[in-house]
Amino acid sequence: MSPKIPLTTPRPSATFDDYTLSEIRRAASTGIYDIRGGGAKRRVPHFDDLLFLGASVSRYPLEGYRERCSTSVTLGTRFAKKPIELKIPITIAGMSFGALSANAKEALGRGASLAGTSTTTGDGGMTPEERGQSKTLVYQYLPSRYGMNPDDLRKADAIEVVVGQGAKPGGGGMLLGQKISDRVAEMRNLPKGIDQRSACRHPDWTGPDDLEIKILEIREITDWQKPIYVKVGGTRPYYDIALAVKAGADVIVLDGMQGGTAATQEVFIENVGLPTLACIRPAVQALQDLGMHRKVQLIVSGGIRNGADVAKALALGADAVAIGMAALVALGDNDPALDAEYAKIGTKAGCYDDWHEGRDPAGITTQDPELSKRLDPVRAGRRLANYLKVMTLEVQTIARAAGHNNIHNLEPEDLCALTIEAAAMARVPLAGTSWIPGVTGSGGF
Amino acid sequence: MQQLIGDLMRTFDLAQSPLRELNEELHRQTDGSNQPQWEIVNPRGGHAIAVGLDAPVKVDIRGSVGYYCAGMNKKASVTVHGSAGPGVAENMMSGRVVIKGDASQYAGATGRGGLLVIEGNASSRCGISMKGIDIVVKGNIGHMSAFMAQSGHLVVLGDAGDALGDSIYEAQLFVRGKVKSLGADCIEKEMRPEHQEALTKLLADAGIKDAKASEFRRYGSARKLYNFNIDNADAY
Repeated sequence: MSPKIPLTTPRPSATFDDYTLSEIRRAASTGIYDIRGGGAKRRVPHFDDLLFLGASVSRYPLEGYRERCSTSVTLGTRFAKKPIELKIPITIAGMSFGALSANAKEALGRGASLAGTSTTTGDGGMTPEERGQSKTLVYQYLPSRYGMNPDDLRKADAIEVVVGQGAKPGGGGMLLGQKISDRVAEMRNLPKGIDQRSACRHPDWTGPDDLEIKILEIREITDWQKPIYVKVGGTRPYYDIALAVKAGADVIVLDGMQGGTAATQEVFIENVGLPTLACIRPAVQALQDLGMHRKVQLIVSGGIRNGADVAKALALGADAVAIGMAALVALGDNDPALDAEYAKIGTKAGCYDDWHEGRDPAGITTQDPELSKRLDPVRAGRRLANYLKVMTLEVQTIARAAGHNNIHNLEPEDLCALTIEAAAMARVPLAGTSWIPGVTGSGGF
Repeated sequence: MQQLIGDLMRTFDLAQSPLRELNEELHRQTDGSNQPQWEIVNPRGGHAIAVGLDAPVKVDIRGSVGYYCAGMNKKASVTVHGSAGPGVAENMMSGRVVIKGDASQYAGATGRGGLLVIEGNASSRCGISMKGIDIVVKGNIGHMSAFMAQSGHLVVLGDAGDALGDSIYEAQLFVRGKVKSLGADCIEKEMRPEHQEALTKLLADAGIKDAKASEFRRYGSARKLYNFNIDNADAY
């Protein structure tokens, strides 16, 4: 009898991991690239890699419940006759009616208004539900120009010229046939049920010199009343922000690769663009070099989840942040209570990202009337307002602990980094050292 | 300096007064405006002239204009007695815009209604992403015209450049002259009586008497790219 040869433990490949293998099989079976919603899911250096130092002997803190720590922010002070005043520096990012149900859009408006902040339209025009429930509404001006009209432009409180977004910088919008309902088709002037792929560039301008003239036109149409934002995905933030300032932006929205989309190719979401953390300092540097920091306000988005993330973005130089994915979760998206229903469509709570299929059991990323009814816009709006208030309290907690009576006084000197990568990107010292890779010398403590 | 000429016509000199003042004045006009006629002199190729109008006023611009003249026009009738820069009448909602000379790129881009008449030639991307506007060009149009055109009509008395109607949706294109090439998913289509009728009306609305609908060919969507199919990937 031959001795039994011990078997080695089955060893999965780190390169060909389970997800990668499943994607190869999916591609081979369908012949179509994978499309999904959301932002980059891969691990990238992020706000988690930063820590606040807090106050001690060298700085003294403020009392938690007794000393004031202001949170308000004014956006659009550069040219607009009517800048926007927000109670909190956390705004709701652009998400379209079409990608989201009308109830979800209404809930976002309600929640934002209760919390004293703004919400934003998306690539599908402005709905009456959204305008009606949003005290402060930013109207996006996108390459598709779906639903674009001068009346809504004048009804808006600010106008956001969208050049790109973090999930797909250089890519256009996508809304597949399942979600092109009668109402969505009518608002976009498209045949019902087609796969709608909107353009990646604006139809009537290209480049920064044209953008300057486009902004002039929008200002003239709205009699210089409204702040004009320019939204860019994180690609070459130093140059993009400098050019947006030159083109006349009042406010710049900078969206990193963790920022979500309604639907785009997985390969695009995971492989194009910069992490949010890597975008902020070059953008702030551009504003500072032009003498425009705090004069042109910077809104940062992409992976903002809690008050600590907000505080860190502000400390690195942002004036405000925007949330998308987190707001949807606050409304009820990806709720474990719906796990049985997620299982039926081949996913699970926390992972559901096939928003383009319109089968969202939470009734948020759908146009199905029965599913949409599941979302109560009043209750969901309240949940969003609660979440926004918690985040604001968290920012104040950190700001007071760092000795600031205004959350906008947070600064890079309040931060350190846990990793060399994060230290280099955020341009703050590695924890316990004075070393900022790429800024200070080769070491030192 | 603004000058009153008669009771009805008001002249605005852009060499004397700023653009912002002009557009604000024009925005103050309403449906029952008692100032129905405007003349703008010395436009000097300026951008964003007479944009965002929302009243049935008649505006004559004496000279050539830069980008986005008559952008987002509603109800007004704007005539440029010269040539127009890029994006003339972009996103027009209604009314009428006439260019006596030539128009640069993106004429009538994303327009949702109204009539744009270009008496000279139009450059590339004429009618790009149009959404209901009617555009009549007496001369030729450049490449990539009617790209992603969603609805409305583009009528060309002369020739069309490369890739006409690329990725077109439901807009209807009528060309009297030669078409250099058609873009992805754009095909020649049968001219049925209803198309002849619509075209005849468009020509009449544009004040064109020396062209007959029967001299035109019709182009539109083959509708093969409406839903993604990997075997069509070469067409994108």
